[in-house]
This record gives sequence, structure tokens and C-alpha cells, in this order.
Amino acid sequence: MNAVPLLRVDAVAKSFEKPDGQELLVLEGVNLQLFEGQIIGLLGRSGSGKSTLLRLIAGLATPTRGQCNYLGVPVDGPAVGISMVFQSFALFPWLTVYENVALGLEAQRLARAEIRRRTLAAIDLIGLDGFESAYPRELSGGMRQRVGFARALVVHPNILLMDEPFSALDVLTAETLRTDFLDLWSEGRMPIKGVILVTHNIEEAVLMCDRVLVFGSNPGRVLSAIEVTLPQPRNRLDPAFRELVERIYVEMTARMSGVRAGVRTEFFPGQGIGSVLPHISSNELSGLLEAVAAEPFRGKADLPKIATDLQMEIDELFPVAETLQMLRFAELEGGDLTLTEAGVAFANAALDERKRIFARQLLTYVPLAAHVRRVLDERASHVARKSRFIDELEDFMTEDDAEQTLRAIIGWGRYAEVFAYEDESARFTLENPA
Amino acid sequence: MQRAIRNHQFAFLRDFATRWDVLALIVALGVVAFLAEASRGLLAPLSQLDATPLSLAPVHLPVYAARTTLRMFAAMVLSLAFTLSYATWAAKSARAAKFLIPLLDILQSVPILGFISITVVFFMSLVPGRVLGAEFAAIFAIFTSQAWNMAFSFYQSLRTVPTELEEAAASFHLTPWMRFWQLEVPFGLPALTWNMMMSMSGGWFFVVASESISVGHTSVALPGIGSYIALAIQQRNLHAIGWAIATMGLVILVYDQLLFRPLIGWVDRFRVEQEPGMEPPASWALTMMRRSRLISGLTVLFYGAVRWTSWASAPHAALRPQGAPARRARWRGWGLIWPALLLAVVALALRKLAQTLFAQTQLAELRTVGVLGLLTMARVVVLIALASLLWVPVGVWIGMRPRVAQWVQPLAQFLAAFPANLLFPLAVYAIVAWQLNPDLWLSPLMILGTQWYILFNVIAGASAMPSELRRAAQNLRVGGWLWWRRVALPGVMPYFVTGAITASGGSWNAAIVAELASWGATKVRAHGLGAYIADATAAGDFHHIVLGIATMCLFVVAINRLFWRPLYYYAERRYRMS
Repeated sequence: MNAVPLLRVDAVAKSFEKPDGQELLVLEGVNLQLFEGQIIGLLGRSGSGKSTLLRLIAGLATPTRGQCNYLGVPVDGPAVGISMVFQSFALFPWLTVYENVALGLEAQRLARAEIRRRTLAAIDLIGLDGFESAYPRELSGGMRQRVGFARALVVHPNILLMDEPFSALDVLTAETLRTDFLDLWSEGRMPIKGVILVTHNIEEAVLMCDRVLVFGSNPGRVLSAIEVTLPQPRNRLDPAFRELVERIYVEMTARMSGVRAGVRTEFFPGQGIGSVLPHISSNELSGLLEAVAAEPFRGKADLPKIATDLQMEIDELFPVAETLQMLRFAELEGGDLTLTEAGVAFANAALDERKRIFARQLLTYVPLAAHVRRVLDERASHVARKSRFIDELEDFMTEDDAEQTLRAIIGWGRYAEVFAYEDESARFTLENPA
Repeated sequence: MQRAIRNHQFAFLRDFATRWDVLALIVALGVVAFLAEASRGLLAPLSQLDATPLSLAPVHLPVYAARTTLRMFAAMVLSLAFTLSYATWAAKSARAAKFLIPLLDILQSVPILGFISITVVFFMSLVPGRVLGAEFAAIFAIFTSQAWNMAFSFYQSLRTVPTELEEAAASFHLTPWMRFWQLEVPFGLPALTWNMMMSMSGGWFFVVASESISVGHTSVALPGIGSYIALAIQQRNLHAIGWAIATMGLVILVYDQLLFRPLIGWVDRFRVEQEPGMEPPASWALTMMRRSRLISGLTVLFYGAVRWTSWASAPHAALRPQGAPARRARWRGWGLIWPALLLAVVALALRKLAQTLFAQTQLAELRTVGVLGLLTMARVVVLIALASLLWVPVGVWIGMRPRVAQWVQPLAQFLAAFPANLLFPLAVYAIVAWQLNPDLWLSPLMILGTQWYILFNVIAGASAMPSELRRAAQNLRVGGWLWWRRVALPGVMPYFVTGAITASGGSWNAAIVAELASWGATKVRAHGLGAYIADATAAGDFHHIVLGIATMCLFVVAINRLFWRPLYYYAERRYRMS
């Protein structure tokens, strides 16, 4: 490994301004060094700031504190020599494959012959021969992302940034693209010297990266760095591979337990309503509870195993698991999800009983639900406007998060029948039609 | 297609910017007052102007039609230039947008026909060649009927360019100039084209109305279909009127087939989101052009020109040899100058308005105008209600039968584009012949051209309704009135509101030509604000023209704000399927 890094990220932080003028920190104290020949993975869930970090490196945004250095020069605007592959491909629909790939070269004002030569070379390299005159809409997702790769490579960058490049593709296509990319990479046929890959797929990170940075949320930060020294090509069934995957799961769940475990609300009336709640439907919650309660898990599930069984990515699985933990239906520890007594009771109960159990857990462990109910109980009319709670929540979070949190509470409250909500008039009430 | 229209056409209804609206209203009316003032003194020397001799012989109609079409083209080019600059300015500067967007909204509500008279005189005074001045005035009138909604649509597009495309453009170092032509304009094209088409269909009405204008003793008749029909009315020539109607129909048909069908087919490629199952609209003309070498040679040339301008513009800062940061520090002074400038303009406009209106207006006059406004409003309300009662069931019926809809939809769009004022003489002839009550029988003319907007929007809504929903209703044996109440009407609601807004706005404008009509020397008049403005125009009484326009403007704005906007909001929230 060379001593001089291609890229150096020093103590970078990023914050946005909230409507009330306060700062909202989305990324804090991130350090990173990318050396020649390395693929670094940024692994984390949505909201962990990994995509934000990628945009800071790309020069599409500026850090609030700290600095990104590319070849020793601070990044200030999009740098020549860093290019990017996007999750949604970001192809220009009105340009053909050829024109899309050539665009970056046209911006550099190269001679036309040179543009043509390099464009065709990139198209050839990435396996798009014969598609030059096609428009993106005529292509499958996999082919579109190939155009994305060709477009990024044609400018001969030193660093390739990839923002969840395979997550919009189906499983088979994604695997083909990954393999093709790794082949080109290990054969040294691409002009790039280093890669940063953003992903929320643990297996993908272990499969492709030499070093994986695990990100945590609120605010986004690096929890740990894991070196992957397995030789390429890697085998997903290799015990060493499985062990690494398991380790990352443990790493990611370790930080989650404790922090968000439910706290009995009656001890702290009106406290703790400030946490952002994920918009998880009661169906997803009962679905996961049932899956964990059933064979072969019988109340205790290994997360990598159940993720594979249910074909859920961590981005989908973790929020549900965390919500179960918050409601004290399950414990999340050491990469395992274990049902509590309430969780088992819920899984075995019939609909009405389930609603009773859910209502009890909701009012006991979710301060905001208890707060809404208390406000409704205290008022003679048993009616409260939604905006009242939005205002309260906005002291702690952004407008969007407040909206999402309240939607989550409305969904759970309706299911548990602890309060009702009328969308037309945007009011909470206690009038259940039942 | 229909989705794109609604998303863009009324997107402005989403913001409530009342403070700015007031300012915009003042400035818009102030400019009208200023133009009136400026043109009043210039009226005398122009009164000697002779109308260009026109002939009613059908042989001349092709030439007249060509002149009329040319005017439309010129106005469209102007509108496009306006759209690209105004909308871009508003989208790039949040400070400017605060004022520019409400101003656009107000301008949309100004009854164009009312101030044609003012602009005719103004432009004729500006340009030494007399005919040229009148041409400018006509083109300007068409421009004012086309530009606003196009600018709105483009502004809306500019603000909704997908972030990842913007990021891609930035990370590949596109300069602002390249980004404008290679990202922003292409992205806005589909919505812009649709709005151009809507503008055009509205424009025919105004081109006909603006070609032959008499203000006081000045009368101008530009060679064109509008003047031809005016002459036919004067000479009570029913045959000539028939010829004019036939020619106009043909022109619109050719326009549609040769210009807009191909454009819409072509523009389909610029759609970012492809809705599955949506066929790009077929156009024989487009197929022909795509296969023709000449045309493809021309397009290559055009793209080459676009590339060349990108080439010639300065490269992105990061790509310059020295890499020296060329970022200019933003001048802070704007923060102070801008409000001051705005304030000055508003103050000037206010003063002008006060001078024109209040200095010479008695309270009684204001009351009269108000009552007339209420009369016209009553007409518009009743007519829209009647048209809805008729066309909503018909539209639903047609929309649910794709085969029928396929035929009727283009027909309805054609009828909406057809300038209804060409048909007025027939109605007026009937009213005169049978001695009908003009207050009652002139009214339908106001909605003659605009009712089709209701029809084709409802058809679009009914055909967009998911067939599974209809099957589900069938399966549950929902029928009769219950079916209308629970299935059909809610399903087409957002579409209906869109159509009704357009129809109502158009009817106000049409009032100016519909409430006062003539057949030869016979005049038939309905009581209303439209007739008031038309009378003032004929008398060359600018003071009353401005008063009438201002009142109508206030009526339209108030109705939009108090009725249509909340209704649109409600329909979008409650009945939008997605």
C-alpha cells in the first residue's frame, strides 16, 4: 500500500439548517483514507449519512467542518478525476447511450475524434457494444446501469464513487454487474485507482470491499472499520465470509440495543417524545413477530439467517426489528432477535387480543402515543389538532421527520384503537366507530 | 399526457402568496393604465388612417389565412423567448420569484381582449409604418394570451429537475449554459409543448379578435381571417361567414397535423418517467420527418449548433488550465437595491392607477361597474353549471368507452381550439331575425368555445380511471345514482375542476366580445361588464376601459382565489388517484 492516500477525509461534519434556524447534524467526525488499489465500503442504513459523505467527497456539497483532500488538494466543487455512479442511474433520457457517455468528454472540450475514440472504448469495455444508438428507455435496468458505469469511466477518473449502484436492480442482474465489475477491477482494465461504494447490503460490502466502514445514525458517524482480507473472487458460502457477515450484523445491532429500548413512560410523563419514529405498519410488525415465533426460529432468530429467509435487506429489516425492540416485543442483541413474553403472547393471540396487547405496549413504551392519548383524555371535547403535536415535535426534529413520526403514531394508534384520526380535518379524536 | 397537464398547468395554485399578489396586481394594472395614458394623446393623428381594403371574395382567403397563421407563429416565438428568460430568472433567483410568480398569476387573469384597444393605439404610435404597428399590436395581444401559462409550466419544470440528474450534470462539469440546454430545457419540454398547444388553441380566438379593431375613430383591419369576418358582419354576408369558418377549420387541422402532433410525438423522448403501457402518440407527419433526409440533416445541424455554443462558452472552472478559482463574489448590494426598486415600481404604478381611476371616477360609476360585474359573473356561473350538467355525464360516458373516446377526444380538442367568435355572427343573425332577448340569448356565446375544456378533461379523467375500479363496482352491483355518486363523479373530479377553471377564465374574456355583438348596422347588447368594456373601446374612452378592465381583473382574481383555488386543492387532495 502506498503511503500517500488518493483521498483523505479529515474530521468531516455536515449539518443542515432547520426551519427554526437551528442546526441539524447529519454527519459527524468522519475520517477516512483511500489508498490506491482499494475498495472502501460505506455501510449503513438510510439516514446514517453515508450518501451525504459520498456527495461531500464528490464535491457536490461542502462540509460544515473538516475537509476532503483529493491528492493533497482540498475538494471544492466537483473535482476532475472523481466521478460517480448513481443509484437511479441518472441518465439523460433524451440522449442515446453514446451521447450519454460522451457528455462528460464534451464538457471537457476534447477534439471530436478523441471523444469518439474514448466513448467507444468505454462502451466496449463495459459490454454495451451494439447499444450505442439506443435511448435509455429501451434498456433494462442492468443495461442502464452499465451506461452509468461507462459514463463515469470515460473521463478516466482516479476515484470512482458508487452510490448504491446495484440496489435498484433485481437480484440476478445485480449479481452479474457486481461480478463483471470485480473482474474488470481485478484485471486492472479500468482506468480507476480507488473505489468508494455506498451500500446497505452487508453481503455486497463483504463481497466487494477491502475495508468496510459501518455507519450509525443520529448523527451519522463511523461506528467501526472492518478489514476484509479474503482473496478475490470471494465465495458467499465460505465460512470465513459468513463469519464476517455475522460480525457486521453484531456490530450493527450492538449499537442499537440500549439506545432505543423502550422506557416505561409512566415514570417520565411528557418526556422522551423527541425520537423520530419509523413509518412501520402494524402488518410488518406482526409479520416479523410471527416469523420469529415460528419454526425454525422458535422465538430467537439470527439476523443474517432471517434476513435471507425473508429476503429483506438490512435497510428493511432493521427498522422493523428496532420498532419491535422499542415496543418491548423483542430484544435485539449480538445479531439475534429474541422475543419477549409480550412478543410471544402477541404472536399466539387472535386479532382482538393482539390489539389489546399492542395497545398496552404502545401506551407503556412509546412516550408520544401516551402523550397524544393523555392530551385527548384531558380535554373535554376529546379532540386535538394534528398541528399541535407537529409543533411540539419540531422542537426536536425536522419538519419531514415530525410528519413521518406522526404518521407512524397515527398508524399504530388506529391499529391499537387507542385514538382515532381524521385526515380531512387533521384532528385526533377518541371517537372510534367501533 | 393528461397527468402532465394538470401537474403543470395549475401548479401555481399551490402557493398562497397574497402579499405579493397585491403588489403584482397593482403593477399589472398600473402598466395598463400607463399604456392607456400614453396612447390617449396619440389618438388624433391616427384617426386619418384608412383601413386596408379587404375583399370578401373567397379567393383571397388562403392569403388571409396565411397572414393570420404567421401572426400566431410570431407570437409563439415571442412567447417562447419570454418563457425561457422569465421562468429561468424566477427559478434561479428566489428573491425575484417572490414577485415574478404572483405577477404571472395576475397577468393570467387580465382580460386580454379588454386592453387590445389600448395596445393597438400604443404600438401604432411606436412604429412609424402604420400597418407594422398594428401588426405588432395584434401579435402582442396573441402573445399575452399565450405566454403566461407557458412560463408557469417551464418554471415548474425548472424547479422539479431530478436531483440526481443535476448532480450528474455537476459531477461531469457541465457549465451553466450547457446545463440549461442539455438538462433543463429538455426536461421542461414535454410540459412546455403541451402548454404551447393549449396556448395556441386559446390564441386563435384572440388573433381573430385582434385583427379588426376600432378604437374611437381609429379603425384598423389587418389582412386576415378576423378582419374578413368583421367585414362580412358589416356587409351582412352569410356566405362569406361560412367560407371563413371552413377556412379556419382547415387551418387548425393542418396546424395540428403538421406542427403539434409531430411535436408531441417527438417530445415524448424527453419524458423522464415513463409510465408503462403509454404509447408515444402516433403522428404520420413525424414519421415522415424522421425518415426524410432533409429534415434529419437539419436536426443534425441544429444539435451541432447547440454543441457549438456549449463549446464556445467558457469551460467549467475546474477544467480551466490554471484551475484558478474564478468564482465571483456575489455583490451584496442587491439585497438593498431590489426591495427599493420594487417599491419604486409599485409606488409608480399605484400613482398612475390613482390618477387614471380615482381622479375622474364618481362613486356612482364605480357602483354601476360593480353591478355589471356581478351580472357577468352570474352569467359565467350559470353557464359553467349548465355546461357541467351536460358535459360531465357525456364525458364520463365517452371516457369509459375507449373506442368512442379515441374519436371524440381529438374532436373536442379541435372544438376548443376553434375560435368561437367566428360563429358569433350566426347566433347574432338568429337573435336579430327572431327578435330574441339579448340578455338571455347572447350569454351562451360566452361559453361556446370554452365548454369543450370541460368535455375533454372529463373524458381524459374517465379514461384514466383504473379499469379494476370499474370492474369492482360492477362486481358489487353498484349502479344508478349510487354509481355516479361513489364511482364516476369522484373519479373525474380533479380533471373536471381543471377543465372548469380553464372554461371559466375563458368565458370572462369572451364576455367582452359576446355581450355586445353586431350584425350589419344592428347592434345587440346584453347588460354586463363585457359590454361596458366593449362600449368604452368603441368610444375610445380610455378612462372607462381601464376601469372596466381593473374591475374584471379583480373579479377574476377574487373568484380564482376564493373559489377555484380551494376547490382545486380539495379535489387534488381528496380524489387524486395514485
